[in-house]
Amino acid sequence: MKPAVLTGEHFMDGDSACAEGALAAGCRFFAGYPITPATEIAEHMAKRLPELGGVFIQMEDEIAAMAAVLGASCAGTKSMTATSGPGFSLMMENIGLGLVMETPCVVVNVQRAGPSTGLPTLGAQGDMMQARWGSHGHYEIIALAPASPQELFFQTITAFNLSETYRLPVLIMADEVVGHLCERVIIPDQSKIGLQSRPRPKGRKDRFKPFHPGANGVAPMANAGEGYRVHLTGLTHDEKGYPVMTAEAHSEMVSRITGKIRANLSKIIQVEEYRLEDADVALISYGISSRSSLAAVDEAREQGIKAGLLRLVTVWPFPEHAIRELAKRVQCLITVELNLGQMHLEVQRCAGGMVPTLLVGHAGGTVITPARILEEIYVGSGRG
Amino acid sequence: MNNNRSPKHPLDNILRIDRIPHIWCPGCGIGTAFSSSLIAIQSAGTDLANTVVVSGIGCSGRGAGYVKLDSYHTTHGRAIPFATGMKLANPELSVIVFSGDGDLFAIGGNHFLHAARRNMDLTVICVNNFNYGMTGGQAAATTPCMAKTTTTPLGNPEAPFNLPLLAYASGATYVARWTMLHTRDLIQSVGEALARRGFSFIEVLAPCPTGYGRRNRQKPIDSLKLYQEKAIVKNGANPAEVILDFKQGITLGKFVEYDKPTFSDAYERICRPRAS
Repeated sequence: MKPAVLTGEHFMDGDSACAEGALAAGCRFFAGYPITPATEIAEHMAKRLPELGGVFIQMEDEIAAMAAVLGASCAGTKSMTATSGPGFSLMMENIGLGLVMETPCVVVNVQRAGPSTGLPTLGAQGDMMQARWGSHGHYEIIALAPASPQELFFQTITAFNLSETYRLPVLIMADEVVGHLCERVIIPDQSKIGLQSRPRPKGRKDRFKPFHPGANGVAPMANAGEGYRVHLTGLTHDEKGYPVMTAEAHSEMVSRITGKIRANLSKIIQVEEYRLEDADVALISYGISSRSSLAAVDEAREQGIKAGLLRLVTVWPFPEHAIRELAKRVQCLITVELNLGQMHLEVQRCAGGMVPTLLVGHAGGTVITPARILEEIYVGSGRG
Repeated sequence: MNNNRSPKHPLDNILRIDRIPHIWCPGCGIGTAFSSSLIAIQSAGTDLANTVVVSGIGCSGRGAGYVKLDSYHTTHGRAIPFATGMKLANPELSVIVFSGDGDLFAIGGNHFLHAARRNMDLTVICVNNFNYGMTGGQAAATTPCMAKTTTTPLGNPEAPFNLPLLAYASGATYVARWTMLHTRDLIQSVGEALARRGFSFIEVLAPCPTGYGRRNRQKPIDSLKLYQEKAIVKNGANPAEVILDFKQGITLGKFVEYDKPTFSDAYERICRPRAS
């Protein structure tokens, strides 16, 4: 029997690395539905989970998969599902339930080109705004964007840690190319992997309020079967979890679920800078597009253009502060993403007219080439 | 009136009395189906800390909000898959789904079929009031043909599901139907379902005077009289022959009870061969 953490060096596709990251993070329940290009994650979990004492179940659809993941998490087990665009659409309903019930879990979207059935086998980054606003109502969400199989491994662990710490579904916005790419993946020793678990209640069980926030704004969580006799509902509720149908209660609840994220932005958001120290032109990218961007930056530098890259590891909450600071010190911002301008809208908002903002993007189906980015760098640097 | 001296209700220890009064209308049958289920839970002797109630959306779906157990009021139609995840994550839990016909058999129909097919170890109690009560009395997948609802003002052109047959054909290993008038039988059925392993389904017919009754010339007492006069208890009846017929007779009883491996039994044996 293989251990939960496969310490060592592997040649592995991104989807499998994601599954291994989940297992290393302590995920022991996976509910899913087959969909290209995320199926390999389910297949990997189907093989690995039973031998580790966990459960894999293939549900009747993605609605059921997301519901089962929430149920399992409420029973105290770290849980995950993985899908692509069409399934992501179906999961939106219960992602909302997870946000309001404040239930930790991880949802992986290996993006393919949409809308609708689109290009099932070809990549895109077209679900970025759906990740932010796809479920109805006003909320905050956390989403990460991995750029390699190695990063899929580590980000899946990070996603579980964030979901447990802040009690919400955390999204991994991968893409077909990263999911199917085979590369070196180094899995560290189990002792080197830091794991977080949900805040736990203290004190008398009969006085426990499931939504009474702790110091960081996050309420301790009692699992089913522990004797707290909790009530959780998708209706607007008070700290006891009881439905309250008033504007005041709604304002309080929505403030709590958005506030716990807004109050911890500096702990949640991760970005990486590449050759930005003296840059005139700054690329902003994430996922597979950020790798084309790296090559474009190096090429531009060789041609004497001071280009750099801000790579968004966390895409939601949007790294507003980092973009604003960048906008103050460069001549031009160029968003590079595999869509027709989604995160670009956020970049424009944060740039606030301080500098020109350009976009390199297309509807999906092929990766963006460094050459295409370079053309835009010429434009941004005034050489175009 | 001195509320401090109000007598203790026998179900107080599993009722959220701080949430009473409930939302159910006068004459509604859900309360009786609900209290019968609670009596069965209380007398089952199972550890209450390990007993969970999951509901979907609708009038019956509010049940989870009144029971003082770990209780989850989920999204419309999704109580069964939520309960599935919960049961698989912690097999020690006794998981009861308490919801309505619209929730379980229209929007949630597919989930019902598959949980029954898997023989998931759940007890599913469906209060069938023949319409969508919460939204004001629209046609459901259980509304009798020709019945009037707000969305079938001239009569329902569709045929309803025969729920026990649907459950049996899908793989449920315990299937019973009672009305909210048959509380002793209902309590016994819920008790049997809680004591056994596998997918148990109990349909409870209940009046909805506000949504359904007033458009179909049925005062609450008329519905109860109908349940009394037309009920034919026929344990072991072929589920294919229990189509609801309010003129000829309403067949009630425990129609199906047999053992087969649950999802978890089969998963353990087939997916973890080395461990066992």
